[in-house]
Amino acid sequence: MKQPIIEIEHLKKYFPVKEGKLHALDDISLSIFEGQTLGVVGESGCGKSTLGRTLLRLVEPTDGIIRYDGRDITKLNRKELADVRRDMQIIFQDPYASLNPRMTVKELIAEPLIVNKIISNKKELMKEVDRLMALVGLSQRLSMAYPHELDGGRRQRIGIARAIAMKPRFIVCDEPVSALDVSIQAQILNLLMDLQAELSLTYLFITHDLSVVRHISTNIAVMYLGQCVEMAPSKVLFKNPVHPYTKALLSAIPIPSSSMRHKAIETVKGEVVSPINPLPGCRFAQRCPGCGEQCAHYESELIEVEPKHFVACPSAVKAYMAQK
Amino acid sequence: MKLKLLRDNHPLREIWRRFKKNHSAMIGLYLLLIILFVAIFADLIVPYEKAIKQVGTDRLLSPSMAHPFGTDHLGRDFAARVVHGSRYSLLIGISTSVISLIIGGLLGAFCGYYGGRFDNLVMRLMDVIMSIPPVLLSLAVVAALGANLRNLLIAITISCIPSTVRLVRSVVISIADQDYIEAAQSYNTSDFRIILKYILPNAMGPIIVNTTMSIAVMILSAAGLSFIGMGVQPPSPEWGSLLSEARQYMFKAPYLLYFPGVAILMSALSFNLVGDGLRDALDPKLKN
Amino acid sequence: MKPLLSIENLAVAYQTDLETVAAVNGISFAIHKGQTLGIVGETGAGKTTTALSILRLLPDRTGIIKSGKIEFEGEDLLTYSERAMRKVRGEKVAMIFQDPMTALNPVIPIGKQIAEALILHNPDGMSRDDIEDRVDASLKMVGISPQRKGDYPHQFSGGMKQRVIIAIALACKPKLIIADEPTTALDVTIQAQVLQMINDLKSELQTAMIMITHDLGIVAQTCDEVAVMYAGEIVEYGMMEDIFDAPVHHPYTVGLFGSIPSLDQDVERLYTIDGLMPDPTNLPVGCKFMDRCPKVMPICQEAPKTYTISGKHQIKCHLFSDIAQSPSDSGKADTNTAEPDKGANP
Repeated sequence: MKQPIIEIEHLKKYFPVKEGKLHALDDISLSIFEGQTLGVVGESGCGKSTLGRTLLRLVEPTDGIIRYDGRDITKLNRKELADVRRDMQIIFQDPYASLNPRMTVKELIAEPLIVNKIISNKKELMKEVDRLMALVGLSQRLSMAYPHELDGGRRQRIGIARAIAMKPRFIVCDEPVSALDVSIQAQILNLLMDLQAELSLTYLFITHDLSVVRHISTNIAVMYLGQCVEMAPSKVLFKNPVHPYTKALLSAIPIPSSSMRHKAIETVKGEVVSPINPLPGCRFAQRCPGCGEQCAHYESELIEVEPKHFVACPSAVKAYMAQK
Repeated sequence: MKLKLLRDNHPLREIWRRFKKNHSAMIGLYLLLIILFVAIFADLIVPYEKAIKQVGTDRLLSPSMAHPFGTDHLGRDFAARVVHGSRYSLLIGISTSVISLIIGGLLGAFCGYYGGRFDNLVMRLMDVIMSIPPVLLSLAVVAALGANLRNLLIAITISCIPSTVRLVRSVVISIADQDYIEAAQSYNTSDFRIILKYILPNAMGPIIVNTTMSIAVMILSAAGLSFIGMGVQPPSPEWGSLLSEARQYMFKAPYLLYFPGVAILMSALSFNLVGDGLRDALDPKLKN
Repeated sequence: MKPLLSIENLAVAYQTDLETVAAVNGISFAIHKGQTLGIVGETGAGKTTTALSILRLLPDRTGIIKSGKIEFEGEDLLTYSERAMRKVRGEKVAMIFQDPMTALNPVIPIGKQIAEALILHNPDGMSRDDIEDRVDASLKMVGISPQRKGDYPHQFSGGMKQRVIIAIALACKPKLIIADEPTTALDVTIQAQVLQMINDLKSELQTAMIMITHDLGIVAQTCDEVAVMYAGEIVEYGMMEDIFDAPVHHPYTVGLFGSIPSLDQDVERLYTIDGLMPDPTNLPVGCKFMDRCPKVMPICQEAPKTYTISGKHQIKCHLFSDIAQSPSDSGKADTNTAEPDKGANP
């Protein structure tokens, strides 16, 4: 059995707001294994981006433990954290917003190497930048270009080159393809998978797009309002979704097939409720088709229904077990 | 022309292209270049002695070939005084703006980036300064320190700092929120480097515009203080003090009011036009 | 039957003093009453420009309609005065924009914003009470309680705002709705609700619709006919079934389908279209897809014609120039490349 590279236990992040506390992450526990990809899916406001940022301590957690290689990083001081961050990088959703508009492609990719004093020799630095550009498929002639002159796909390639510059082991990909057109999206997804194989990277892949997450992930965690409602190997999740929210999410995807035209679109009622001071019990209860009285008392605890398949809904689990 | 050295795609080139299309800004720029030329080469145009040499027989002469702007009540060549006055006005305007930019800019950048208690303290202090009318504040400073050029500069700079701090702070806050700042933190960039290489270059647009505009304000307030006798002291030919001296003879020799008045107007106008043009040229939403 | 809207050979360019962007380059299509046409394509394909041209909402000085005809109910909209166009917009043709966050006026209650559209056009000479009734009815139609008509936009969520925008669009009972990526800004479960509602309303009101989207799944759920756009041209056109199920396709369509990760099949690598959309200020002379096409031939230096494959199915590609002579051959040859899209079909 491989060692988990990242282990999260009871991670919580509450943002103070006027009305009380915004529960962005509420008691999340999960592990990510070396060389694998954990996909995190959920709708806007479910806390998936906060999860990625908290892992790198770009956002300070309110409570809980984040272990990297068995070592808790939530208590590290600035200097120790800097060491850890060389191994953990992030790729952002909006490639344009995440690149300093006043820097050229070359400067952008060299920046992490300069800041961390990894290469001080100027000539070697440029050689390394060239190598990184080739690795992510950016042609040499673009090295003097500014981000605003490039298209979204190339900008994201810069973001990727910058993230892998320090030879990290773990990368948080925060919706890296959501802002891109489908044909470009496919290029970037292939690139990410190639790099993973080549550099033996571990990914936390955050997205709202279920078809993308299925393609790239080993395991998938489904999040709803700051909680993890279901977690399973990706094939299992798509084949046997158990939690009502996962089911709703899967049925809501428009499938590109002509057989869809004359089918009624399956919908789940209502909208995501506010994450500010949420009520106890199941947070999906108001929208859930199978909601009963007991749902107000559920603890958000994950139950293992089959090996590696965890579900946070006791009623759904009971039904699933009975069916089996 | 002067931006030939830059690469084709450099953002400054794009800005210059858009600036060129703005006619009033270009007029402002030409005007500014003329004024700068006069100020820099004042000694070559007319020697300084001419501006302070008193000729008793030549009092209050109307403009003529010998004295294009006439002479003042002490028989000094008024054209020479106006030409050399440009040095004082531009020196005051530019130096006070630059000093207040450096002090106010750094304060604003730190307040905006770190926030918290330091920010609160500085901002309340700025509120206090802003609640005093600028003229009164400058007067108080000059009265306390004595009326000379250095104290005038200090007085004007102090009254200018709060607005710079506020502007820089708000710009920095909006930039600190951008993803690329978070990205920089993710690869361990120090705060100092973030402020210097990420925030300030991107905040430059509005700050440059504000500084150009504030030069105009500074020139005017320096002239105002000199006019009431609290600024540059005679016989130094500062435009405001020229006006002040001319006041007594405004009916006998009205041209003594026109020339420095027009000079003040022109220099303030040129900085304003250039500042306006820069603001439009720097705004990416107004592209094309 | 005469089509409700027919566009012939429309070409639109954006001209600035620096460059000319050829956004739409000679497209033709027609929509009949009650039908939905999907326009699919990537950023910069000219989808939105097409929509804006129909409403004559192109940016004032830069957007220029170079040629073509836009006939709506038999009349050429391009000959209309600005005044006449104002009557068409909203009353006969309504538009739903992509971003519900910015399309509403934040300081006016939503009921009033719907009423405004009605008062402006007032097609049936309604009284004040009639208008109020119509506002209530419109809100009910999109699933919002009429009691909320006094609320301001910020009191609604993104999905609800998009419903309000649809209510405004429907208020004057237009004959044609142009929806420009109406659900792109929404979450999937909310998107499903909105699409469901759009489908219901269309069949109820018999409104024709142009659905602009980049999502082939949405096309499958809502459209009768589909136009695939690339670099300002329609490269493939047909019934929805033609685009999804026919054995032959334009190489770009094949690439587009192959790029989408499938939900029920495992693929190691995604099929990608190499390269980028050509620079619209400097389009290639021949086929616009030439530089990215895996099946490029010498003849592609010449602009291809549009060939009819069957019925309404048309493809603009040299591969199909001889389809009349040997339809089976070229059909077979292409079944292979069409393989990736098969994965998308259950």
